Amino acid sequence: MFATGIAEEDRKGSYVDRSISRPCNFEISQQSPVTHTQYPYVTGTSVLGIKYKDGVLLAADMAGSYGSTVRYKSIHRLKAVGSHAVLGASGEISDFQQVTQYLDELVLNDYMWEDGNKLGPQEIHSYLNRLMYNKRNKFDPFWNSLVLGGVENGQKYLGVNMIGVHYKDNHVATGFGNHLARPMFRNEWREDLTLEEGVKLLEKCLLVLFYRDRSSINKFQIAKITEEGVVISEPFALKPNWDFKAFHNPTLGADGSW
Amino acid sequence: MFRNQYDTDVTTWSPAGRLHQVEYAMEAVKQGSAVVGLRSKTHVVLATVNKASSELSSFQRKIFKIDDHIGIAMAGLTADGRILSRYMRLECINHNFVYESPLPVGRLVLQVADKAQVCTQRSWKRPYGVGLLVAGVDQTGPHLYQNCPSGNYFEYIAFAIGSRSQAAKTYLERKYETFSESSREGLIRHALLAVKESLQDEELTTSNCSVAVVGVDESLTILDARNLKLFIDGLDESASVPAEDKQADEDESKEQGLGTSDGSGSDVVPMETS
Repeated sequence: MFATGIAEEDRKGSYVDRSISRPCNFEISQQSPVTHTQYPYVTGTSVLGIKYKDGVLLAADMAGSYGSTVRYKSIHRLKAVGSHAVLGASGEISDFQQVTQYLDELVLNDYMWEDGNKLGPQEIHSYLNRLMYNKRNKFDPFWNSLVLGGVENGQKYLGVNMIGVHYKDNHVATGFGNHLARPMFRNEWREDLTLEEGVKLLEKCLLVLFYRDRSSINKFQIAKITEEGVVISEPFALKPNWDFKAFHNPTLGADGSW
Repeated sequence: MFRNQYDTDVTTWSPAGRLHQVEYAMEAVKQGSAVVGLRSKTHVVLATVNKASSELSSFQRKIFKIDDHIGIAMAGLTADGRILSRYMRLECINHNFVYESPLPVGRLVLQVADKAQVCTQRSWKRPYGVGLLVAGVDQTGPHLYQNCPSGNYFEYIAFAIGSRSQAAKTYLERKYETFSESSREGLIRHALLAVKESLQDEELTTSNCSVAVVGVDESLTILDARNLKLFIDGLDESASVPAEDKQADEDESKEQGLGTSDGSGSDVVPMETS
């Protein structure tokens, strides 16, 4: 038996005669290394992001999966940061909530300075990068893929961050979105997409993700960031089509059970 | 200022409610050679009087680049000033590392002021004996600040500190209303004319003054001897403003492989330009 941890009585400081109270194997008591949880529990699935003519659009569904169960259906995975940026997260939801806590502190700090200086999306992204990388180095990562979209001085910004790997692009996605949505973005994205075209493109991809990603649900939010600021939509649903011929009589062609 | 029994310790108040040690520290600033700063809507200029302790020596460096967007000029104990400039450089670089963006000037100035305040409230420390004029540009535009040994800081459109700074301040007070719309060259001219007031009898040459500029689109540059000479010569013609020798400047910097160079005086012992 290893004597790992310190007994309650010992910690409180009162005397305990340990030599007789408990059988103890007096080999060198090895303290196993401190470990942190390294797998996620409640997770969010893909986040999509595209730049368009007037700014940036982010989209995500509102599901929080507990393994294979879609347990929570009103998780807000898109959060405004400051006045001109939105953070979207996939992965462990509690880690995302902690990250937004840190960012809120940063924004509050700015507010208290009252000197007209503000954290722009580029700075927030850099900060997140350092945060993620630092945690990863301590073997205690934030289990998230973060998408940061924002507009500053007319420059649109869209970046992804995951364990300290960061990159920027005109269109980004996390998780399944990388496999299903990015190809569609590559075909259809243009620099001068209007708001309607951008939303249509996102909705098209969200629907595909709903069809094919088992952890997604038909309840989405889209965030729009422009020079004027941030607008996150109310939750909405799309109209899926289950009217495919193959679905009409699924047992047709199956020769009975064996 | 007369000696009295309440001035031995920085942590001892006088009955009149003063901290004499802090005030003596500000005296040290007044003993240093003059430093002038002024800003327009787009640029901030710092100019200093360089005193060489003897004809054989080189002058004390009083202008320091803190970051691409911030520079300082100091008056007083330049050794203390070097420590502060090292601190400021670290803060800027740390901020840049985390946020990949320049540290706002006002915040840096506040941090320096807080650092100075600590030294006015510890019995085992002494106040910094240096006054700083901090020139910088950030998101909210160009700024000029002064940091005192007392831990106070102020923002200015134009200011001067150090010995005979009153003469420079008088000149600035006369002209400050034109600074906001000034061109870069005009601003440098005003700075040199203000410094000239502080020199009183001496002639203004490239070896007894230094000038640094930072602007909305311009990283902090300390004018080199050649360009400084152009400006100084141009002071005599009141109307015209000299165009900077930009092409030659570029050739020289290509040789050196760097963008900026020290304001080393051509008449003094040649210093390493790096």
